[in-house]
Amino acid sequence: MNDLWNQIELVSEWLSASAQWHGDDGIPHRLLQHLHYSGLSLLFAALIGLAFGLLVGHTGRGGFLVASLANIARAVPTIGLILLVVTVAGLGVTPVLVALTALAIPPILVNTFEGIRGVDADAKDAAQGMGMTGWGVLWRVEAPMALPLILLGLRTAAIQIVATATIAAYPGLGGLGRYIVDGLARNDYELVIGGTVVVVVLAVVVQLVFALLRRLVVSRGLLGSSRPS
Amino acid sequence: MITFEGVTKRYPDGTVALDDVSLECPTGRITVFVGTSGGGKTTALRTINRMVEPTGGRVLIDGRDVLERKSSELRRGIGYVIQHAGLFPHRTIEDNIATVPYLLRWNRKKARDTAHELMERVGLEPGMAKRYPFQLSGGQQQRVGVARALAADPPIMLMDEPFSAVDPVVRHELQEEFLRLQAELHKTIVFVTHDIDEAIKLGDRIAVFRTGGRLVQVASPEDILARPADDFVAGFIGHDRGIRRLSFIPATDAPLTERSVLAADAPVADARAAGDEWTLVIDADRRPLGWASAEVLPASGTVGDARLAPIGHTFDIEGDSVRAALDAAILSPSGRAVGVDGAGRLVGVADQADLSATITAAVAAEAAEAEAVSAGAAAGAAADGADPKDAGSGDRPAAGADGGGG
Ligand SMILES: Nc1ncnc2c1ncn2[C@@H]1O[C@H](COP(=O)(O)OP(=O)(O)O)[C@@H](O)[C@H]1O
Ligand SMILES: [Mg+2]
Repeated sequence: MNDLWNQIELVSEWLSASAQWHGDDGIPHRLLQHLHYSGLSLLFAALIGLAFGLLVGHTGRGGFLVASLANIARAVPTIGLILLVVTVAGLGVTPVLVALTALAIPPILVNTFEGIRGVDADAKDAAQGMGMTGWGVLWRVEAPMALPLILLGLRTAAIQIVATATIAAYPGLGGLGRYIVDGLARNDYELVIGGTVVVVVLAVVVQLVFALLRRLVVSRGLLGSSRPS
Repeated sequence: MITFEGVTKRYPDGTVALDDVSLECPTGRITVFVGTSGGGKTTALRTINRMVEPTGGRVLIDGRDVLERKSSELRRGIGYVIQHAGLFPHRTIEDNIATVPYLLRWNRKKARDTAHELMERVGLEPGMAKRYPFQLSGGQQQRVGVARALAADPPIMLMDEPFSAVDPVVRHELQEEFLRLQAELHKTIVFVTHDIDEAIKLGDRIAVFRTGGRLVQVASPEDILARPADDFVAGFIGHDRGIRRLSFIPATDAPLTERSVLAADAPVADARAAGDEWTLVIDADRRPLGWASAEVLPASGTVGDARLAPIGHTFDIEGDSVRAALDAAILSPSGRAVGVDGAGRLVGVADQADLSATITAAVAAEAAEAEAVSAGAAAGAAADGADPKDAGSGDRPAAGADGGGG
């Protein structure tokens, strides 16, 4: 108990130290770096995951492939993936982005696919029967109806990315992971815990942002009847 | 008019859903596809808007093959209603209804105004415009489905079991309103149901489908009941078809008399002279006032002075059937039914015995006619050298019965 209290005191001291809020090793700078890698990875993952998820869900072809790929991808350990990419592509931003993107694709792909596939067959039939084209059905009916699951996929991916982007510090790329890596190297646990707390807070903020987004973009007609996730 | 010319549909797995179906669905009328489950009704309906493409034969709308038209454009001109409504849960009721207007790029205001008009037409409260489908009952959702199909005012409506998933009371309501709407709109409607009662109630023409996608008979409801083409149709109609048929013999056929009808100011002596147990008393305008029993006639004065028994139900000589007349007679204190015109004025009185005789005669006449038709059909088939199987199936029996219904 005392221990925990000590920790909290240490962290708050660390957080309130003016050094943490200025310069290249300050929280704002590290946070921006972190958000930069995370945002880019999420963007790439979303482009790929959504495109394939929508396509496969809409056509109903390749569903088994999607599920299998996603399961395999989930089983690959992130650190292993980074090491693999770094070994193949060398140190730098690209391998980190590739690894984070690869990590984030499965939840987006699978949830998008499941969301589209789960759209009420009668609604699709009616949409088509009233003269919507294939694209029309996808954009006006399937995608909006799958939106709760699509957002869930994006949220899961975003949180994973934010937490995992700490590894960008290993190849010397900065971000919030720096505190953890440096702290571990220097046996400075205050630094490790402080960095971890910032990452956790960021994850919580991401969660909140998605909750807000959900209320803004998902139709009330979908939220009212049932509450998926 | 929608024309099926030898339409066959064989699915890739080998299932034959339609087997050489030829049929016409006349403009402005309701054609009902009825039959056992898996009989190909839905498949037949869906060939009209190209949701299914035939593997043989053609479907024509006003003489033009539907396959010649781009499917999305074709469909925007054909209303489409399905069993569970298939509403879009993420859209409000008004936006659901305005689906096709939006596709046709009407401006938003015009589309919404149309949606609101249609809501009123199908009996939905204006307050529901901004609600979502999950907030509506099954019956209300079906109404939205119908309104949505009507939104761009298409000349043709395809309806696949639209009322099958709601409870009987609501179904009855929806059917009544559907008929009322059609009386205003005169759409060319193809309506699929598995319920023969619904078919008889709604159809101007009925097409009976049998498992294997075979069309067994096309005829007016009256003719289907009177002359089922084969045992399958007879079995499908059921054993109570005799009672159902009475609904189609018009009350104008009922033999009406003016026997023992007296004006209220006629002297009691006239009623006594007639010697009937019951006298129908009418006013100067020929409106029936009530029945006077011989027992309650006053000693003197006019028949209007008697304590009159209420008429109960009258029947409308123009609109009602012999069945309604018979019901009225059975419920009447005198055992006689009072026939009135549209303005409620007396036309004549019919008793149960007379009505029964009318029914017997009508049935006998139909039977004779049926015999003549089938003899003619057989002769025609023999002359054509056609496969005798076709004489009793296909739409041949409908030929003599086209004008019926509606
Ligand atoms: N997409 C399909 N693939 C294979 N068979 C089908 C398909 N759709 C319908 N069928 C079959 O075609 C037959 C007719 O079906 P349907 O038209 O739905 O009948 P109904 O509407 O009269 O119940 C049934 O045997 C059904 O199983
Ligand atoms: Mg069906």
